[in-house]
Amino acid sequence: MSKAFTLALSLLSTPALADWQLNMNEGVTALSREIFDLHMLIFWICVVIGVAVFGVMFYSIFKFRKSKGAVAEHWHENTTVEVFWTVVPSIILIAMAVPATATLMDMYDTSEADVDIQITGYQWKWRYQYLDEDIDFFSNLSTPREEIVNESTKNPNYLLEVDNALVIPANKKVRFLVTANDVIHSWWVPHFAVKKDAIPGFINEAWVKVEEPGVYRGQCTELCGKDHGFMPVVVEVKSEADYEQWVADQKAMKLAMADEASKDLSMDELIAKGEGVYQAACSGCHQPNGQGIPGAFPAITGSAIATGAIDAHIDIIVNGKTGTAMQAFKEQLSAVDIAAVVTYQRNALGNTVGDMVQPSAIQK
Amino acid sequence: MATVDVDLPHVKDEDPHHHGPAKGLGRWLYTTNHKDIGSMYLIFSLTMFMIGGIMALIIRAELFQPGLQLVEPNFFNQMTTMHGLIMVFGAVMPAFVGLANWMIPMQIGAPDMALPRMNNWSFWILPFAFLILLSSLFMPGGAPNFGWTFYAPLSTTYAPESVTFFIFGVHIMGASSIMGAINIIATILNMRAPGMTLMKMPLFVWTWLITAFLLIAVMPVLAGVVTMMLMDIHFGTSFFNAAGGGDPVLFQHVFWFFGHPEVYIMILPAFGIISEIIPTFARKRLFGYSSMVYAVASIALLSFVVWAHHMFTVGMPLVGEVFFMFATMLIAVPTGVKVFNWVATMFRGSMTFETPMLFAIAFVVLFTIGGFSGLMLAIAPADFQYHDTYFVVAHFHYVLVPGAIFSIMAATYYWLPKWTGHQLNETMGKLHFWLSFVGVNVTFFPMHFVGLAGMPRRIPDYALQFADFNSMASVGAFIFGFSQLVFIYNVIQNVRAGEKATAQVWEGAQGLEWTIPSPAPYHTFSTPPKVD
Repeated sequence: MSKAFTLALSLLSTPALADWQLNMNEGVTALSREIFDLHMLIFWICVVIGVAVFGVMFYSIFKFRKSKGAVAEHWHENTTVEVFWTVVPSIILIAMAVPATATLMDMYDTSEADVDIQITGYQWKWRYQYLDEDIDFFSNLSTPREEIVNESTKNPNYLLEVDNALVIPANKKVRFLVTANDVIHSWWVPHFAVKKDAIPGFINEAWVKVEEPGVYRGQCTELCGKDHGFMPVVVEVKSEADYEQWVADQKAMKLAMADEASKDLSMDELIAKGEGVYQAACSGCHQPNGQGIPGAFPAITGSAIATGAIDAHIDIIVNGKTGTAMQAFKEQLSAVDIAAVVTYQRNALGNTVGDMVQPSAIQK
Repeated sequence: MATVDVDLPHVKDEDPHHHGPAKGLGRWLYTTNHKDIGSMYLIFSLTMFMIGGIMALIIRAELFQPGLQLVEPNFFNQMTTMHGLIMVFGAVMPAFVGLANWMIPMQIGAPDMALPRMNNWSFWILPFAFLILLSSLFMPGGAPNFGWTFYAPLSTTYAPESVTFFIFGVHIMGASSIMGAINIIATILNMRAPGMTLMKMPLFVWTWLITAFLLIAVMPVLAGVVTMMLMDIHFGTSFFNAAGGGDPVLFQHVFWFFGHPEVYIMILPAFGIISEIIPTFARKRLFGYSSMVYAVASIALLSFVVWAHHMFTVGMPLVGEVFFMFATMLIAVPTGVKVFNWVATMFRGSMTFETPMLFAIAFVVLFTIGGFSGLMLAIAPADFQYHDTYFVVAHFHYVLVPGAIFSIMAATYYWLPKWTGHQLNETMGKLHFWLSFVGVNVTFFPMHFVGLAGMPRRIPDYALQFADFNSMASVGAFIFGFSQLVFIYNVIQNVRAGEKATAQVWEGAQGLEWTIPSPAPYHTFSTPPKVD
């Protein structure tokens, strides 16, 4: 009964959340509105041409039917008409391309930015580094696994929510330097009309100047492997004062973390912490039960590395394995997290090695 | 139109051994007959269409609701990849080659293709290419999962091991396409009946001639790019590996230098088919024949200078963006000319609406809608919002499904009575048309909306705001998919039985193929007809 009720509720609630949005988002920047206007202009040009062409066509279909006694005429050429419908579309297109080129020039003008942020795509998360401040963090999907596998009700920001959002100030020109660590990704926020491919070995530029504080959501838009659909972009635009406060908080947090790395933890503490780290950082490939995916991602359970020498185990997590999907986690995880997850992998998921490592022993 | 002298009694006088098909399996294995090979291509294509279609339905079933229900993300990516590869290389291209085999010799008054043994070979390597590709589904690590565009380094450093089999398969498909193209060019240029000048050729022949040149130009580029991948994967080169000094964007440039002409390879023969069918059922000559030929040639030439419009977001220099935007918009001009000419052909004609004509009219309308979204995509600044969203998925499915696929169905219904000697069952044909027409639009039209609203393509799960249109698209996909069973039923029934078709078949049909009896004898035009 209660299951049927939940199902009925979910069926009712889905349409309430979903909207029948038909058109592009107008966005929240001057540039995004400019692009939206171009989109609408070309759309209406298409509509007018479509109405004219289909109008003549359907008129012919209804009027010149054999069943209505229509007799075919014999003409099959007319140079004037042909020239007309070659030249007129050309003129329309040139008229269209001029404003489009002007908008492009605006989009490419990344000069005189107030804030520079490097965005790096990883499988399957984003890394944000503030080049003028000492701020550097990763942004992972935070939607619980239970929602994805339909074991609990999906929240309104399903798949569009992260643990650490990118924070930028309002009314400042923010320049993004976009690159990638492994495969090609693409960083997109529809409301900013900013979409830029993140390509290993390249640094692409984009910029945004948002007028109003708010939270804006987007996704990776270049197929980047298994969890391409699960690496959202969330940008929190704060007023200038709030942004300054946030920067100060980040710096304080960093000091606190460095302090924590010098403390020793018990085996139980490490395993308990490590389980959370494992589920967030490792289970996407190696699977929540440690069994991996045969042929694609190796198992942790009984693996030569997770049950072998601890230094080699730490090394592969810290430095990754070149040429495979195994990333270097030294930038992504704190020393505490790495110590915890190594200890967890050796003493859980069916492994019983029995040793442990302390944060202070992690050499990054 | 041309008056034609076909001397059929003369055919019957010759030794019957050389003129009937061989018996048993050997007929199909060793055949050099263009009609047999054409039939095999078409059956192969239909089989691939069904396999690719099942994959599409797996994709749509998963996307019916938000959340992961049926398949894992990795398998979902294998499905999108294999669906694309199979539909492009296994369904659409072989179908056009099959139609070319059947119709080009009959339309130009030639006894067969110019290179019959190579014709046999270019067909028979295809099933092996696709067996290799499909077998990768059962390999450890699974089938290719990097999209049909297989961007490096996802398809090199980060690919499943089956990528090597994919590369081998692509090489074989490419060899098949190149041989087919050479054969078509050799046939058209050398074997036309006396009096059949180039500018008298039916448009289907013209469009195929131009398509064949495109194939010869770009299939080697595809072979090159997959070979570079092979070198990167197995021989330690770094063409596309940034860590070794290579360039992932180079992959995209080379791929799309093949890829953009490739999309015209899949649509130009369709233009030819539609230009045959509309005049037949409007009972009026095609308007602007020569401008149609020039338009196709212009589209083919322009297709070589627009490839980077697939890459507006890779960070090209401004001047590159502007060049590719202008060049792309230019394509709208000759494409527009074609649509205007078709409409002008209908204007003041005397129209009837048999099944081939219904598909042809739907082609004109829906292909034009796909053309409009293409024009929107050409506007580079707006493309930053459209790129890699469902808007693009909607666009290319509009030009490929109610575009290329509808034209293949129209062609099948149009020429089937000539192949089998039986009139069509119009009721079943119309049932197939209307189910397909509704299914296609319910599937692909809502994709414009979710794309504009911000849904990226190639994702196995999506945010809740996209739920309604996605479930609608899934329902449409199942309607479209299952309505193809009606098509298969129609074709099988027509092969088995039906009212005897006349040589003319359609009242308004013009051209050499309608001067020979239905079904077309195993050998036709052993003596070339005279074309005035």
